[in-house]
Amino acid sequence: MSNRIINWFRFGSPQAFYPLAGKMVPWFFALAVAFGVAGLWLGFFVAPTDATQGEGYRIIFVHVPASWMSMFLYVVMAFWAGLGLALNTRLSSMMASAIAPTGALFAFLSLWTGALWGKPMWGTWWVWDARLTSELILLFLYLGFIALQAAIDEPRRADKAGAILALVGVINVPIIYFSVKWWNTLHQGASISMTKAPSMAITMLWGMLVMALSFWMYSIAVALVRARAIILERERHTDWVKHAVE
Amino acid sequence: MQWNSVGEFFAMGGYAFYVWGSFGVTAVALAIEPLLLRKRQRDVIDSLRRERKADERQGTGA
Amino acid sequence: MRQSLAADLPATAAEHAGLGALSVLVAVIRRDLLLAMRRKSEVLTSLFFFVIVVSLFPLGIGPEMALLRIIAPGVLWVAALLAAMLSLQRLFAADYADGTLEQMVLSPAPLGLLVMGKVAAHWLVTGLPLVLIAPLLGLQYDLAPQALGILMLSLLLGTPLLSLVGAIGAALTLGVRGGGVLLSLLTLPLYIPALIFGAGAVEAEISGLGAAGHLSLLAALLALSVFFAPWATTASLRIALE
Repeated sequence: MSNRIINWFRFGSPQAFYPLAGKMVPWFFALAVAFGVAGLWLGFFVAPTDATQGEGYRIIFVHVPASWMSMFLYVVMAFWAGLGLALNTRLSSMMASAIAPTGALFAFLSLWTGALWGKPMWGTWWVWDARLTSELILLFLYLGFIALQAAIDEPRRADKAGAILALVGVINVPIIYFSVKWWNTLHQGASISMTKAPSMAITMLWGMLVMALSFWMYSIAVALVRARAIILERERHTDWVKHAVE
Repeated sequence: MQWNSVGEFFAMGGYAFYVWGSFGVTAVALAIEPLLLRKRQRDVIDSLRRERKADERQGTGA
Repeated sequence: MRQSLAADLPATAAEHAGLGALSVLVAVIRRDLLLAMRRKSEVLTSLFFFVIVVSLFPLGIGPEMALLRIIAPGVLWVAALLAAMLSLQRLFAADYADGTLEQMVLSPAPLGLLVMGKVAAHWLVTGLPLVLIAPLLGLQYDLAPQALGILMLSLLLGTPLLSLVGAIGAALTLGVRGGGVLLSLLTLPLYIPALIFGAGAVEAEISGLGAAGHLSLLAALLALSVFFAPWATTASLRIALE
C-alpha cells in the first residue's frame, strides 16, 4: 500500500516524468484520432439537417468543443500553477506553462469558428454577445499569462508570477462572465443571441460531446509533448538530461 | 446518412465556405501545433548534443 | 530624504505593537503623499492624460451632441481606466529601485497593511482627481446633472477598485522588461467588470432605469477586492523580491 503512494510521488520529478510522458503521448494522440473520427461521423452523417440553419449549424461540432476546452484548460492550467506555487514543485509549474498555448489556441479557434457561424446566420462577422465576448477576454487572459512568463527570465520567478496571475484570472473568469452577461442582456433588445444553439437533437449533443472528448485527448497529448520539451530546456544542466539525449 | 452525392456533401447546403472554413482551420491548427512541438523538441536535443560535443572536445583538448 | 522617510516606518516589533495598525497605515500614506507632492508633475500627468483622451473622441467621431451623449459614459470610463493603468507603474517602481520596498518586505509590520497604505496613497493622488474633474468633462458631452452625479459616484467606487486590482499587476511586473505594456495586457481584462458596471450605472441613470443595481455590484466588487487584492499583491511582491 505505502509502495504505491511512494510510486506516484516519484513521478513528481521531471526526471521520472519525462519517460513516462513519452510513453503516454502516442496513446492520447490515438484516442484523439479515434474520438475525432467518431465525432465527425456523428456530426456529418448521423446528426440531421437543422430546420432553421440548414447545414451551416454543423460548425457547432468544432465551435462548442473548442469553447469548452478553452475554458476547461484554463482551470486545469490554474490548478497546476497553483499546485506548483503551494508545493514549490517545478514540474507542476512546467505543466501549467505547457497547457497555456493549447488553451489559447482553442480560444482562438472558438472565436474563428464563431465568426464563421455568425456571418451566414446573423449577418455580421462579429457579434458582441456574452459568450463570444467572454471568449475574447479569455484569450486575453491566456495571452497575458504567456506574455508574463515570456518576459521574466528567471524560470522560478516566472513560474510563481504566472501562478498568481492564473489564480487571479480563474477567480475573475466567473465575475467577468457574469458582468458580460449582464451587459449583454441590458443592451440586447430584440436581437438574437448567436449562442442559442438550434434546439438540440440528441445526435447533435452526442456529436459535440465526442468531439470535445477528442479535443481533450489531443490537449493532453500536446501538453505532455510540450512539457517534455520544457523539461529538457530547463533541466539541460543536469546529468540525466545530458545522458538522455545520447 | 443523408447525403445524396459527394458533391452535396462538399456543398453543405450552400454553407460550404463557412463549414469547411471552420473545420479546415481547426484541422490545420491541430496539425501544425504538434509539428511545431516536434521541431522544438528536435531543436533542444540538437543543441544539447552540440553542447556535449563541445564539452568532450574541451575535455580531450585540455 | 527618501531613506529618512523610510525610517519613519516601524523598525522594531515593539514599536509596531505600540503604534497599532492604523498608525502604520497612516504613516505609509503620509510618506507616499509627501513623496508624490515632491513630484507634482507625475501627479498631474495622469490627470492631463484623462482630459486629453476624453477630448480626443469628439475629434475622432464628430461633434454631434446626440451621439456624444450616448457614448459619454463609456468614453469617460475607458479614459479613466487608461489613466489609472498608466499611473500604476509608479506604484512600486520608485521604492523598488532604491531598496525601500525590500525594507518594507522585511519589516515586522504586516506587508498587507503597507501595501494597503501605498494603494490608498496612490488612489488619493491619481484616482481622486479623476473623480473630481470628471463632472467637468461630462459637461463636454452634455450629460445631465443627475448623470454627472452618478458618474462621480461610479468613479468614486470604481477608481479605488482599479488601484487595488492594478496593484497586483504592478507587483507582478516589477522590474520586468516590457513592463508598461505588459502591465496593460495583464490588467485591462481584469478591469472589464468595473467598466461594465461603472459605465452601465451612468447609462442606467440616463435612460431612467436607475443606477442602484450597477452601483451595488460595483460596491460589491470593491469590497471583494479590498479583502483579496492585498493578499495577491503581497504574494506577488514577495515573488518579485526573492
